[in-house]
Order: sequence, then structure tokens, then C-alpha cells
Amino acid sequence: MIDDLDVEDLYENAPCGYLSVRPDMRIARLNSTLATWLGFEVDALVGTDFGELLTVGGRIHFETHFGPMLLMNGKLDGIALDLVTADRRRLPVFITANVKIDAAGRPVLIRITALDARDRRTYERELVQSRTRAELLAKTLQRSLLPPALLPPSGMTAAAHYRAASRDEVGGDFYDLFPLSDDCWGFFLGDVCGKGAAAAAVTSLTRYTLRAAAVYDENPVAVLQNLDSVLRQEFRDANAQFCTAVFGILSRTDTGFEVSMASGGHPPPLVLRADGTAHYVPMTGGQLIGILRHARFVPATVTLEAGDTLMLYSDGLTEARVGRGRYDDDGALLEFATAHAPATPAAIVDDLRLLLRSFGDGLADDAAVMALGVSPAPDSAESSEG
Amino acid sequence: MKVVGAADGPVVMLAHGFGCDQTLWRGVTEILASRFRIVLFDHVGAGASDPAAWDAERYAHMSTYAADIVDIAQELDLTDVTLVGHSVASMMGVLAATAAPDRFTKLILLTPSPRYIDDGDYRGGFSSEDIDELLESLDSNYLGWSASMASVVVNAPDRPELESMWTASVCRTDPACARVFARTTFLSDNRADLPGVPVPTLIIDSARDSLAPSQVGRFVHEQIPGSVRITLDVSGHCPQITAPELTAETIADFVRPS
Repeated sequence: MIDDLDVEDLYENAPCGYLSVRPDMRIARLNSTLATWLGFEVDALVGTDFGELLTVGGRIHFETHFGPMLLMNGKLDGIALDLVTADRRRLPVFITANVKIDAAGRPVLIRITALDARDRRTYERELVQSRTRAELLAKTLQRSLLPPALLPPSGMTAAAHYRAASRDEVGGDFYDLFPLSDDCWGFFLGDVCGKGAAAAAVTSLTRYTLRAAAVYDENPVAVLQNLDSVLRQEFRDANAQFCTAVFGILSRTDTGFEVSMASGGHPPPLVLRADGTAHYVPMTGGQLIGILRHARFVPATVTLEAGDTLMLYSDGLTEARVGRGRYDDDGALLEFATAHAPATPAAIVDDLRLLLRSFGDGLADDAAVMALGVSPAPDSAESSEG
Repeated sequence: MKVVGAADGPVVMLAHGFGCDQTLWRGVTEILASRFRIVLFDHVGAGASDPAAWDAERYAHMSTYAADIVDIAQELDLTDVTLVGHSVASMMGVLAATAAPDRFTKLILLTPSPRYIDDGDYRGGFSSEDIDELLESLDSNYLGWSASMASVVVNAPDRPELESMWTASVCRTDPACARVFARTTFLSDNRADLPGVPVPTLIIDSARDSLAPSQVGRFVHEQIPGSVRITLDVSGHCPQITAPELTAETIADFVRPS
């Protein structure tokens, strides 16, 4: 035999750690490369439990996941584990293993190779950390774009829900509800095109523009025109950025609230009446905000009496994929609203939350919902006859 | 969820633990199917479960998993069920049997631990840092996970034949769900639930198990009134994989004493 085919040498000094373990995970044999990496004599490890070479967390993972997979599939490919050396340092490795079986199909020996993965794992840890940071940043930014709490006028309740389609990107939907005077409240719900950092910048600008414009103008159409001018001015040189939105003002009446609204290209709100009916607020035809010269915005006014609830939503809800179509292709949302009317804002938002969750992966875009309702008359619930 | 085996046999429901899915019960199911009616399922968040059912907040509580087990028994209108919970699912079994003793009339805890973290004189065997290390190991190994993988997992063929009903993608789980499942189960403390178990209980532990060491099996046995403990002379935390015949027959003897 010539020297370079010395099998013993190929085994002992292979450029990877090599060990074999019994089905009960006791080490049967290991090569000198691995023993050297670990800082042990070969003999000191033979007969010991393979799990003891791992970190405690890695051992739990191996016992509950990799071990069963190895025995069921007969092999394992490229899993990441940390070995612990004699001086308690961690040695990151990639483990590959296969199982030797006897004639009856029972495992008799498990062959395991370990590749030094220090550089790769450092890089991967950095990747994981970057992703975690990106997710945290997106979450924080997202939260800053939504109101921490809705502040409805007395006599009214409000609820909202936001479901992001992606964990590591800021969504483009926004909403708010805020006081303008003792008897006057402003609100909006909208959707900026796109997502991510660029969309977040537009969302931020849109939010403070709407809040400021509402202070100076009582006409919702004028408020949207103001936003339209700001967006067109701000992004005139770069790529046009646009949004859709419903903006409205709540004014107290003797028995409830008058809601004066304007829509720019946004799906129409729904009203869930106290008598158990539901209908859309007729305000289709408004145009996108921020890209068109002389964009047209559509006004509408509804009154809310005790027990009535106004429901706003973004197209993430209506355009969620269900089967081969989209959720609202055949009027499902109006049916949903009718089936749940009458409903308090908290109740309908809770039902919408469950509906959104039921879409699973079908929810392709972010979805925001907000509901504003006049509290049911305190005596109406108790005045039931009999 | 699958129901296989002898239609008129005693009902045995098998609940898998952390790290895998119902595939873990393959060997045991193949041995028991001729004599028992076997109910198998994946916990929400694991295996081929419906991703739409997942909710990170709800499934951060052991009670949610336990309630799902009760729901399955109700949905199938099962009574006289022997519920077998492996590893972290053994405590889900404890909660489910306590909540619905009218359906679960016997309980088997396979390599159980009511508390993995050491606490005063109690030795669960681990510290909370060890569980952090487990989460770190999950992260390192799910780097290659992508959305395309999820569809492979979900695409479980619904075929009744025993030999072809196991999914090809054994034990693949969405990493986000696995993290929540790991935290919830390994950090839970169900010691106070043990004395209230209202049904006959068998504890099967493994002679050499670093996750549920011998003193933990003894503790569970001492805390559950009237329980029986059988220690199998095997190594590791998953005797249903390393010793399927022994595990299956130990289960069978308790379900229907010969």
C-alpha cells in the first residue's frame, strides 16, 4: 500500500472531525482531528455520551429534534451545533450524519462528521442579529406611525386593529382619531402605496399634514386637497408618492354625531346600524391623493345615532386572497357587516381581527380597520318588553 | 389530525412534544394499530397544522395547547380515551385530563417533566440560560428556512394507508412557532397541577434521559396520587423512536391490561 492511500491516516487526520456513536449515543470511536479540536485524548471520550459534547441548549435541540430526525430519516445534513471543548470554549460546527443499519433495519451505528464552522457561524449570527434589528426597527417605526390609543369623544367608543403582512417591513396603512374642539373630532384611515422605509416617510408626512390641516379647515374635501398639494410638492422631483384615504370630522348633535367625510380613492366605509342593517357610505369615485393635477375628492355625510357604528378599512382586507379570488369579489364584506350588525366598535374590530387571521398567507398586504360608534342608549338595553 | 387503526378498539390519543410532529409516533402506531383506534395530530404551530390557526400570543400558554386536545376529543366525540403525552406534551395531557376526565379516562406520561428549570430544592436539570441557548440553536438552524419551505410542510397528503400517511418533511416547523413553543413548554411550571390529576396515570420514563432525569420521573410519580411508574431500560428522551416495541407494549398493557 502506498502512503497516500493509508486509510488509517485518511481517517485520523481527515480535514473534518469524524466520530461514530452507538444507537444509545455513546461514542464508539472518534478521529484525532476531532479530539485535537476538543482538547481531549481520544480514549477519554470513547464510551461517553455524544450529548455531553454539546452545549446544554444544543443537547436539548438534538434530543428533541435532530436525534429523532436522524433515526427516522437515516441521515442529517448540515445542522449547526456548538461543541464544547475541554477548556469550556464553544466550537461551532456543521454536523452531517448517517445511520448504519443491520439486516433487520435496526440502527447499529451512527456516523457523524463535524466541519469547523467558526467563520460561517460568526457571519450567520451577524445576519440573524441584523435581521432582528431590522424587525425591531420596523416594529418601532410602525408603532410610531399608529396612535398609541384612540381618543374618542364622550358618548362614543372606538377600536382599531392593524395586521402587518410582513414582520420586517413597515406597512403603508395608517389611521388616527383625535380631538379638534369640545364637540368636534377628526379621524382618518388610509393606505400609502408601497411599503418599507420610503412608504413610512410618506405615511409620516401624510399623518401630520392631515392633523394640521384638520385644525384649519372644517371641510374634509379641503383637508384632502391640502394633503394632495403637500404630497405633490414634496415628491415632485422624485418618484411620485401617493396614498388613498378617508378623512372625516365628527360633530356632536343632540342625539348622536354627524360624520362629514371625504374620500380620495379609498374603499367606502360601512355603517352598521343599531337596527341590524348595514350599508356602504356612497363615496366612490374619489381619486388617488398626491399624483394628479386637480384631483377630485368625494364628500359624504352620515349621521350616527345610538348603537350605530362606522367601519373604515384598507384594501388589505377586501383584497385578501381566498381560494382563487379575493375576499370581497362577491360582496362578502357587506354580508359580513350585515351579519354582525348591530355591533360596538370593540366587537366588530374583534370579529375583523379573527377574519383577518383566518386569511393566513392569503393576507398579501397590510390591513387596517377602525370602527367608531355611538354608545347604545343606556335605557335601550333595559327597556325590553316583558 | 388522523384517526387510524382498529375502528372498534380502545381509543389511544398520541400527543407529540417539542421538536417534532406526529411522525414521532410512527413506530408505535404501526404496532398498536391492529388493536387500538389511534388518534394522531400536530399541535398548532407544528408539522402540518393549519398556519392560519397560529396566534403567537394565544399559543404562549400551555392551557391553549391543552384546550386544543380537549377540543379534538369533543369534535370526534371520543370517550374512554387514553391520552399519551410525550415530553412537554405530557403536561398538556395533565391539564387536558384534569379539564375533561369524562373523555380522558386514562393518562400516560412519556418521559414527562413538570418543570425543566431548577427551583430551590427541586432539580429539573436546567437553568433559564440553557433554554436561551436552545432558542439560539433554533435560530442557527433555521437560517435556511424560507416561505417555500412552509408550503412543503403544509402539503400533507391526506391518505389513509398507514405506510404512506407520514409526511416527507419530518419534523419541519416554522421557526417563529418553534420559538414560542420552546419558550412556553420549557419555561412552564406544572408541578402544582400534578396532585389534581383525576384519572389513573402511568409514567413511562427512560433510564438514561438527560432532559427528564430519573429524579424528575420519581417526582411526577410521587405527586400524582395512585400513579404507576415504569422505567424503561433505554437511553434518550424519545423511547418511541429508540425502542418502539417496548414503548408500544407498555402503552398497550396500561390501556387494556391483559
